Amino acid sequence: MTKSELIDKLVEVRGALTRKDSEAVVSMVFDAMSEALTAGDKVEIRGFGSFTIRDREPREARNPKSGEIVSIPSKKTPFFKTGKDLRERVNNI
Amino acid sequence: MTKADIVEKIYEKVGFSKKESAELVETVFDLIKSTLEEGDKIKIAGFGNFVVKEKSDRRGRNPQTGEEITIVARKILTFKPSQVLKSAINSQ
Repeated sequence: MTKSELIDKLVEVRGALTRKDSEAVVSMVFDAMSEALTAGDKVEIRGFGSFTIRDREPREARNPKSGEIVSIPSKKTPFFKTGKDLRERVNNI
Repeated sequence: MTKADIVEKIYEKVGFSKKESAELVETVFDLIKSTLEEGDKIKIAGFGNFVVKEKSDRRGRNPQTGEEITIVARKILTFKPSQVLKSAINSQ
């Protein structure tokens, strides 16, 4: 399901909601989470899961084409931990 | 940030009442959860993809006792952040 399909689905289940408003709501949900993570905050959605920022150590790697050694600087990466409820539902327990 | 902060943002910026904002946010996450529960993926451009992956049986070890155990096949949810989100996080 894409974001656009999620917007349509929200219109379908909520009567009297325009597609424009549905789009604003769905966009705001993900924009708000992106903003928080970009600011270095963690995001905790009960029943769904939590997003945290993890640090990746700098490392040396090889350019697979030239074989040249390149150093990759430390990076931050978002990490998602599935909430217990959703983890069980996905596994169909 | 929690769900309450997202509700607040929708109340402020989109203009629904607090009650409506809360219900809408709840419904958005409910729709996402039921989609994933059915094994479908969720693809949000600019944010990332949530994909249910099937893991097969594997042998593991109880780290406390050293005993060998079989970790049974199961389905897990994975999140792959979009390049846009990764770049935004690293631009700070």
